Amino acid sequence: MADEDIKITAKGVDVFYADTHAIKDVDVNIQNKAVTAFIGPSGCGKSTFLRCINRMNDTIDICRVTGDILLDGQDIYARDVDPVQLRARVGMVFQKPNPFPKSIYDNVAYGPKIHGLAKSKAELDDIVEQSLRRAAIWDEVKDRLDAPGTGLSGGQQQRLCIGRAIATAPEVLLMDEPCSALDPIATAQIEELIDELRQDFTLVIVTHSMQQAARVSQKTAFFHLGNLVEFGDTDKIFTNPEDPRTESYITGRIG
Amino acid sequence: MFGLTFLAVFVLGAAFYYAARNRAFALAGDTPQALHSRPNYHGFLAFLLAGIAGIAVLILVWSLWGAWIEQGYIASIIAAQPELSPIEVELVLNDARALAEGGIASRTDALRTQIAGDITRQTALHHYGTMALSLLAAALAGLWCLRSAHIGWRARNRSETIMRRLLAMMAVIAVATTAGIVLSLIFETLNFFNNIDWQIHKFLFGTTWSPLSGVQAGKLDPDKVGAIPLFAGTLLITIIAMLVATPIGLFAAIYLSDFAGPKVRAWAKPMLEILAGIPTVVYGFFAAITLAPFLRNSGESVGLSIASESALAAGIVMGIMIIPFISSLSDDVINAVPQSLRDGSYGLGATKAETIRQVVLPAALPGIVSAVLLGISRAVGETMIVVMAAGQGANLTANPLEAVTTVTVQIVMLITGDTEASTAAGPAFTLGFTLFCITLLMNVVAQRIVRKYRELYD
Repeated sequence: MADEDIKITAKGVDVFYADTHAIKDVDVNIQNKAVTAFIGPSGCGKSTFLRCINRMNDTIDICRVTGDILLDGQDIYARDVDPVQLRARVGMVFQKPNPFPKSIYDNVAYGPKIHGLAKSKAELDDIVEQSLRRAAIWDEVKDRLDAPGTGLSGGQQQRLCIGRAIATAPEVLLMDEPCSALDPIATAQIEELIDELRQDFTLVIVTHSMQQAARVSQKTAFFHLGNLVEFGDTDKIFTNPEDPRTESYITGRIG
Repeated sequence: MFGLTFLAVFVLGAAFYYAARNRAFALAGDTPQALHSRPNYHGFLAFLLAGIAGIAVLILVWSLWGAWIEQGYIASIIAAQPELSPIEVELVLNDARALAEGGIASRTDALRTQIAGDITRQTALHHYGTMALSLLAAALAGLWCLRSAHIGWRARNRSETIMRRLLAMMAVIAVATTAGIVLSLIFETLNFFNNIDWQIHKFLFGTTWSPLSGVQAGKLDPDKVGAIPLFAGTLLITIIAMLVATPIGLFAAIYLSDFAGPKVRAWAKPMLEILAGIPTVVYGFFAAITLAPFLRNSGESVGLSIASESALAAGIVMGIMIIPFISSLSDDVINAVPQSLRDGSYGLGATKAETIRQVVLPAALPGIVSAVLLGISRAVGETMIVVMAAGQGANLTANPLEAVTTVTVQIVMLITGDTEASTAAGPAFTLGFTLFCITLLMNVVAQRIVRKYRELYD
């Protein structure tokens, strides 16, 4: 893997929730400008690990993370790293669409405003439009930017949340089961979007659906009971897995 | 006697419960599933019918018979001494009652002794007669129920219908009581307006409040019932109270819901709730005895003259009283903002302060507004603190350092004062009615806001 362009490196990561050992000694390298999928049965720790990458676990009191996670070679758990600045670089989209109870425009403008990305109203308008275009929802909402974001359909809300995440110009986008609350058509739209976003962002996506992982990702990591069982090219994981547990899972015998 | 009869009917009903249940078992024989209703329902229906019949007869006969024999006494008093006025007849009757019970009467004469004898005789008949009649009614109803029972007896449906009607009756009583109170308020208010010759504008906009000083032959002086100073005083104290309670309550709620660790929460919330449990009378003398002298002394030391009964002291203490109200309601609505919204904001790199200010508070705002409105209606209706700490003189001023009076204080003064109730009740009821309208309006607004807020997110 040495010749690959690595964005994030995790070494010996352990996560504890109070006394529960949720993630056990995970090493993984996440490739720049590609989609990496985390798969595995429920409760295997894939979401927990995802939330380590932008230190979202800091907001949970009882959660403790050890080991190293490097973003562009820099340890994100180092003392001098501010999780707030980190999260501006590593955006996140959640399982359930969570638009703020504000207008569509304000939902997208929220990030750029708090990070001071726009110097003028015109520039902010431009960021909002670009973000919504790249989230493939501009045409549906351009005439009602003042309408509340909570009034959109589930699929539209999720694309709005993706647009909102893009607007802060992150380098990495983490997606925690972004399609699990959506119908098949909305899911297809999001998957298409993920494929396009790969050109500009490093994407890490947690998914329950193995078909989805196979369709959108280049790399796949299989988690089981807090362990990273197997990590490699998606094609290889799905056609010729090395570990018997991976094979059992993708053929539907465990999980 | 009334209570004893009540108990006897109840016991008889319980006996019918077992009788009807056993009869149902007997009817069913070896095939209990053939019964339309379970035996318990047979028993319950018998209990209900016997109880309702007995108690209905008890109440009706007791009161009608009682009224009838009283008419008899009055008639015989008037027959003996036709020159007595109605009030004197009443006096004689009361004396006779006292004599009959072995108490002390204002006078003892032949008429009084004779009536007392009547009362002794008739009362016994009245009591035992009523008891017998109501037990008879209960027994008849219970026996009818026992006799009617058969395999297909719809005891369950019948008893459920009766229960439903009883519940509806209780609901009607609750609503009717409220309606009755409102109607009596309205009636007395109209009476009062009539008393001041329908010069309603003088009540609503007049600036002189001294209703009892201008009374002539039960007629109030319309120029002396201006309620503006009272409402101005209420407004002033409410504003001071809300200036104290809103920031402290809201910031305490934000701290408790988003910053405090579980340990701090565990003791801070109960502490705040203790504050809510202190009786307002305690707040009242705290304001009058501790805070007001302290304010006056510290005012003196900086050259300010603060009245010993000031709007400031009453307002501050009232604010302290309302803090737990606002903080616990706000805490609830802030906690009701879904964690996913906070996560979404943190995920975009927002700080805790930005998240609270721009996501959590706007989402919780309608709930916070309604908490503040409910706090205001408490402040407006609060009585004890202002009675003790705010003063009694109807003083029209915007200076919080002076004594002012409030609507509630004046109601207390009118009702507990030594003026004849029929004169004092008019202004008191009218103030009460106006206050009721204000708090009702505010509660309605608060509830509408809460309802709107519920639609915002699931």
